[in-house]
Amino acid sequence: MTTPLLEIEELHAKVGDKEIIKNFNLTINEGEIHAIMGPNGAGKSTLSYVLTGKPGYEVTSGSVRFKGKDLLSLSPEERAREGMFLIMQYPVEIPGVPTSAFLKQALNAQRKHLNLPELDNVSFIKLLREEGKKLGIDSDMLKRFVNVGFSGGEKKRLETLQMAILKPSFAILDEADSGLDIDALKVVADGVNSLRDEHRAMLVITHYQRLLNYIVPDFVHVFADGHIVKSGNKDLALELEEKGYAEFVKER
Amino acid sequence: MSTKDQPQIIDESGDKYKYGFVTDIDADTAPMGLNAEIIKLISAKKQEPQWLLEWRLKAFEFWQTMTEPTWAKLSYDKIDYQSLYYYSAPKQKVAPKSLNEVDSELLKTYEKLGIPLKEQEALAGVVAVDAVFDSVSVATTYRAKLAEQGVIFCSISEAVREHPDLVQKYLGSVVPYTDNFFACLNSAVFTDGSFVYIPKGVKCPMELSTYFRINAKNTGQFERTLIIAEDDSYVSYLEGCTAPQRDENQLHAAIVEIVVLNNAEVKYSTVQNWYPGDKDGKGGVYNFVTKRAACRGVNSKISWTQVETGSAVTWKYPSCVLQGDNSVGEFYSVAITNNHQQADTGTKMIHIGKNTSSKIISKGISAGFSNQTYRGLVRVSPKASGARNYSQCDSLLIGKNCGSHTVPYIENRNKTAVLEHEATTSKISDEQLFYCLQRGISEEDAVSLIVNGFCKEVMQHLPMEFAIEAAKLINISLEGSVG
Repeated sequence: MTTPLLEIEELHAKVGDKEIIKNFNLTINEGEIHAIMGPNGAGKSTLSYVLTGKPGYEVTSGSVRFKGKDLLSLSPEERAREGMFLIMQYPVEIPGVPTSAFLKQALNAQRKHLNLPELDNVSFIKLLREEGKKLGIDSDMLKRFVNVGFSGGEKKRLETLQMAILKPSFAILDEADSGLDIDALKVVADGVNSLRDEHRAMLVITHYQRLLNYIVPDFVHVFADGHIVKSGNKDLALELEEKGYAEFVKER
Repeated sequence: MSTKDQPQIIDESGDKYKYGFVTDIDADTAPMGLNAEIIKLISAKKQEPQWLLEWRLKAFEFWQTMTEPTWAKLSYDKIDYQSLYYYSAPKQKVAPKSLNEVDSELLKTYEKLGIPLKEQEALAGVVAVDAVFDSVSVATTYRAKLAEQGVIFCSISEAVREHPDLVQKYLGSVVPYTDNFFACLNSAVFTDGSFVYIPKGVKCPMELSTYFRINAKNTGQFERTLIIAEDDSYVSYLEGCTAPQRDENQLHAAIVEIVVLNNAEVKYSTVQNWYPGDKDGKGGVYNFVTKRAACRGVNSKISWTQVETGSAVTWKYPSCVLQGDNSVGEFYSVAITNNHQQADTGTKMIHIGKNTSSKIISKGISAGFSNQTYRGLVRVSPKASGARNYSQCDSLLIGKNCGSHTVPYIENRNKTAVLEHEATTSKISDEQLFYCLQRGISEEDAVSLIVNGFCKEVMQHLPMEFAIEAAKLINISLEGSVG
């Protein structure tokens, strides 16, 4: 039996005066992995920011339900605490804030929201070490300031670690492969794959098929002109790679 | 004259300043304005010896020839020195001999401020407190215990009476009355403050703390603190300040003088939280302070740590005069300005002795429409061979309407000196905030996390109890600074 996790209906959104998301419809059920592919500049990242509530991205009409709740009425931090997680394309540096302190604050904000007791230092460090080890992140890296001086690969590994710690029910990977060499890409993909289970759903946003060799989706959607123009299974990604986007954009 | 008919706090809209209340207490207040008669009156009220009165009058004479400095990057309405009260004391028939005799309204005030004056409640005996209310010291705790070790901790008025030789020897020896406009004014009219004397070889067994409170309206607070650390001694001294929330500006012009002799060390920590004015910049304390320590002995050390969150206008440069060979001066500062606050603050490191070293770590955080300047001087005299200085000045901006400036002056007249200066400016960006939000961290917590990370290097130099208080204060000061 399938349980819908995220239901997007007739969504329109703009940045400034420009409408970028136009009549977008998509339902993602628990445990499913969806990929959204489309040319650069089509507004794929806009979709991820609209869903996570980034200031400056305005929904003009339509609805989004997340776990049955009205997502659009929640603040960005409430959406995060409810289990929505965005692996960012370019994770930002936060000087002066040690990575472990940042992660602890994030986890405890979520636990508080879920009426769970906050984790003390000892249990948190233990959890952090265990999860870090799986991703090849040593404790030195966790003592450094958030993303400061991290290589592209280290930044993405840290994003994956945060996902492992926060255990979101829905994760968006926004161009998770940008800036990564093939080895780093594998580490991140392995990390993400290890977090797949029958409940956790993911939305993988990418314009290369390459990433989908490692994170294999259940569904692939082609995004153009603000909405989905074609949907299919993982073979669609291969077809796209072969024919290019122009073909699909024209088709409609 | 009574202070009972004062208007109460006017602006209550969204202000977070929790120390803004007024204590309703009968006060003995001198007539408004400043002239030789007022100074004679203050001196008489305090039963001062002739030499001190003469010194005050000389200072007053000199002050009249001086002009208010305008070089700081500050703008404020001209202060009318004749429309201020220069003396206000809570009315008490006889001087209290013990805490039991102190007016209960006063005790309640300090209780509300979180300053325990009843000894049994005072942090299990680790902090001794001198409380200064408007113009006079109202209580000093733990004196008997300190006296066992020969430590003198009392109000400066009392020191003038009980230890005149010490006061006469050191008063004005670090900050002469000719030093600057505000120091000169203070020398003429200072009303109270704390006095500390640590005898040779004594490590002061507890933290000493002074708590300053301006209560009366239109009253300048001019306190004067004198600390003397004899050879091989050590003391850690804390200073805290608050004032009621008023629509008028209040003037505070204090002096702190510290004398550090051979192998002695003084650690001076300040948490300054004078009323900063409301969100539109109305009211608030004008804080013009001269703080200076003379490291006269060999291997002597002074360490200033300050957390400045209050005041509408701050003009303050705690300085170190490194006279003794191998003496050390340190300055750790966090200054936070929000709304329309202005701060021009920094330090002076004057290297005179051989192999003297100094360190400056300054962290400035500006938010709202505030403006902040770090102004520092490192001077190496020709004889100060082997002098070393390291300066680091970092600024953090929150929002688009604040300003931050760094003005380091370096005057080196000795070729062997090694001087380093580093400065950075950064800001909390929308991207950083969104990153935190997306991880479930609220905006306020995110700002606090980033700011505390930024200040950490300074905060760790504060004594423990103070550090917790200061961290809370930083968060309160920045509330509403984003979004």
